Amino acid sequence: MPFIPHTENEIREMLDTIGVSSIDDLFDEIPDGLRISNLQAVPEAVSEPAVTRLMHERAARDRQPLCFIGAGAYEHHIPAAVWEITTRGEYYSAYTPYQAEASQGTLQLLYEYQTMMARLMAMDVSNASLYDGASALAEAVLMAVRANRGAKSRRILMPRNVHPAYRKVVATITRHQGIELEEVAYNPANGCIEDAALPRDADGVAAVVIPMPNFFGALEDVDALTDWAHARKALVIAVVNPLAVALLKPPGQWGARGADIVCGDGQPLGVPLSSGGPYFGFMCCRQAHVRQMPGRIIGQTVDLDGKRGFSLTLQAREQHIRRSKATSNICTNQGLMVTAATIHMALLGGDGLRRVAVASHGQRNALLARLCAIEGVEPVFPGPGFHEGVIRFTASRVEAVLAQLAARDILGGFSLKADYPELGEALLVCATETKEAHDLERYVLALQDIFSNS
Amino acid sequence: MTTLIFEQSRPGRRNPSHVPASPPPAGDIPAALLRDTAPALPEVSEMQVVRHYTRLSQKNFSIDTQFYPLGSCTMKYNPRACNTLAMLPGFLQRHPLAPDATGQGLLACLYELQEILKEATGMRGVSLAPMAGAQGEFAGIAMIRAYHDARGDHRRSEILVPDAAHGTNPATAVMCGYKAREIPTDAQGDVDLEALKATVGPQTAGLMLTNPSTLGVFERRIVDIAAVVHEAGGLLYYDGANLNAILGKVRPGDMGFDVIHLNLHKTFSTPHGGGGPGAGPVGVGERLLPYLPVPLVAKEDDTYRLLAEADRPHTMGRLSTFAGNVGVLLRAYVYARLLGRAGMQRVAEYSTLNANYMMVRLRDEGFDLAFPARRATHEFIVTLKRQARDLGVTAMDFAKRLLDHGFHAPTTYFPLLVPECFLIEPTETEDKETLDRFIAAMRAIQAEAESQPDLVKGAPHTLPVRRLDDVRAARELNLVWEDGD
Repeated sequence: MPFIPHTENEIREMLDTIGVSSIDDLFDEIPDGLRISNLQAVPEAVSEPAVTRLMHERAARDRQPLCFIGAGAYEHHIPAAVWEITTRGEYYSAYTPYQAEASQGTLQLLYEYQTMMARLMAMDVSNASLYDGASALAEAVLMAVRANRGAKSRRILMPRNVHPAYRKVVATITRHQGIELEEVAYNPANGCIEDAALPRDADGVAAVVIPMPNFFGALEDVDALTDWAHARKALVIAVVNPLAVALLKPPGQWGARGADIVCGDGQPLGVPLSSGGPYFGFMCCRQAHVRQMPGRIIGQTVDLDGKRGFSLTLQAREQHIRRSKATSNICTNQGLMVTAATIHMALLGGDGLRRVAVASHGQRNALLARLCAIEGVEPVFPGPGFHEGVIRFTASRVEAVLAQLAARDILGGFSLKADYPELGEALLVCATETKEAHDLERYVLALQDIFSNS
Repeated sequence: MTTLIFEQSRPGRRNPSHVPASPPPAGDIPAALLRDTAPALPEVSEMQVVRHYTRLSQKNFSIDTQFYPLGSCTMKYNPRACNTLAMLPGFLQRHPLAPDATGQGLLACLYELQEILKEATGMRGVSLAPMAGAQGEFAGIAMIRAYHDARGDHRRSEILVPDAAHGTNPATAVMCGYKAREIPTDAQGDVDLEALKATVGPQTAGLMLTNPSTLGVFERRIVDIAAVVHEAGGLLYYDGANLNAILGKVRPGDMGFDVIHLNLHKTFSTPHGGGGPGAGPVGVGERLLPYLPVPLVAKEDDTYRLLAEADRPHTMGRLSTFAGNVGVLLRAYVYARLLGRAGMQRVAEYSTLNANYMMVRLRDEGFDLAFPARRATHEFIVTLKRQARDLGVTAMDFAKRLLDHGFHAPTTYFPLLVPECFLIEPTETEDKETLDRFIAAMRAIQAEAESQPDLVKGAPHTLPVRRLDDVRAARELNLVWEDGD
């Protein structure tokens, strides 16, 4: 019996101890009419070699094309040690560290993670993670409304150049709590938040979301936007790429006072693309708001002998204590992903992360320069950016070009037509440090070939 | 004591093989947007990192190293094949926005998992999108709300929750704009049916129920409860926390539930990872089909496709940036295939056998059961109220002393209804010798509590730290390390 160790003798002894004649008798409190005899549509068991073969075949079927898609998930080198250590059974198969004395490994690691994230973002504190970037932004919006007691409304300014899926998730999660999400347009010349689009009647706004980089890969004027929001007593929610922050000004230093809440997706910190998950969401904030922060938080304390130790703290915010008055219904975080990210950050160090960010930035610039040098391609938002940028086909349709690139085993980018129809035949393209000159060359040659044959 | 990784840091120590050699300067970014110094992360060698995090791991209890009878958490063995096969390069390297045509192998696994979960729960449709149980709950209650709203039935303002429920239930109801209203439990651990009848009405949006309940007993009048709620126009939500107890024996759909969530990290044995990632798929009956969260996996002829908002105009929405915790779903899929039809039924059978065996043995050792007249399901409750009163030794003390004996403690002080309680869930993957050793440890601790209570009250004695000062942790908040701490 797979994963069941009982021998016939043991089963008999156990039933005798209980005083029943069969396992079936143990279900005698369940009304007869509800019992089923089998699960017809579930396949019969297969052996480990058989399922291994099946999964290898399926994984092999999913070809690995040369990928220039970013749009929220980024390919980076992950040192071998990261997942070797992360999948140790002591991390992999442990529960949430409620029994602190038996969980000091996970707890200390999470405390180190919180410290790393706070330092990376130049913020006071960090939680121990949320589900992913989009849901972290939703939690940040709800947190901002709780934290900004002076605000007269539940209005949140949500720029249109925030990741479209993030905006959808925020709408889904905040829909029933009276949150008003007010879209802010971007400047068609540079893809950044348009000053003129910021509302004049912004007094009473609870928070402003500032993406960095934004969905188009462009860099916002974060200092001016932060000061603008603070002048209107709105909180600033920074939604950032954590790798970009190794190169760009950290949110805690934006403007005169810095961002109030910082969130985003931690995937670029040692988590593989994995078809979309699991990733992890991160969240940092100012000390003043820590009691409004959702999710697990680890604190340093001492044991009976005065020795340093770590435990879950501020649990009075959480659902298992506060029930209907909790800051969120969240229970789990993404502990194993955070384990990987902590090991990843320790291995690369601040200097290493920065080098990866600089190299990614260089490859992004090189890709855009090479593509835009092709007849029939134009830049949509010229200017500095990170990870990605937007190009437009002047005489071709995006879908047709992407299909022909795919036929050459190249994923050319993420089409913006569904989410941003106003941009025309526009494509979001991405290159990270993993791309080499010959990869860019292959993309350029393929595109030239497609254009010359059309 | 293990030092922090920061305390091992030395300026200038690098691991150059992991980073690009000589990156070009970031010339085009305005200086005002640049970071002035590299982030102050540890500067340590690769070997230091490996040694540090390996040593830290050894301070954890885990399923792979200890018996972990944590009630309501289903800490069963996580088969290693599930991990190895979910981490094949073809799955790991795939970009989430790559076209469906390049992910047919992956989507086949996800589609089949949807079908397996539909059958195992007796529901009409399943979405794998929710990333955890609490997100599944949110999706479920948001679907109930979408259903009432679509019918123009806006009077429904309350979600009913038994007083024994998990804290996520009332928290979720509030997130969906409902008031959570508690329903009492009777002396035998069943929902108080008369109180329920007196509470339901045109304001009732639905009832959230765990069955078996968090009290470790099967809700015997579930058919009547479903009828009462349905007659009032409400819907029934099944919290899948305890599905392990009935997998392949009874299905939530057959009990009358309209919407459910499963915790794949419990019932389908995906790892808990020190607190995540989980996965909380939702299943629905006919009435809620249009509202399932996106994406869904569809099979059209022999091709698989992800369905998004455009295909599913009434969806309650999107819960994650991409398609949820795909890697967790793959692990659950491999597990389901290894178990197969008969193996799923054995999950319920042997988890129930183990729990009833432990319950009877502990009773015979003199421990008090919370519901002595009831069968255990996959878990049961012992109350140490008598020990606390007579010996001054609490459930917490017993829990900490169990750690010294090499066992993770059961769930303590939950459910809130039973004083000084242990919620004990052995799972089906533990052998009889382990259960016997745990019972022997409980007997030994009881003897200690009687002869030298301070030994138990001062536990643990053999772990990396002794009992921690939680009050100080909350009062003198220290959430990030600063040099000199």
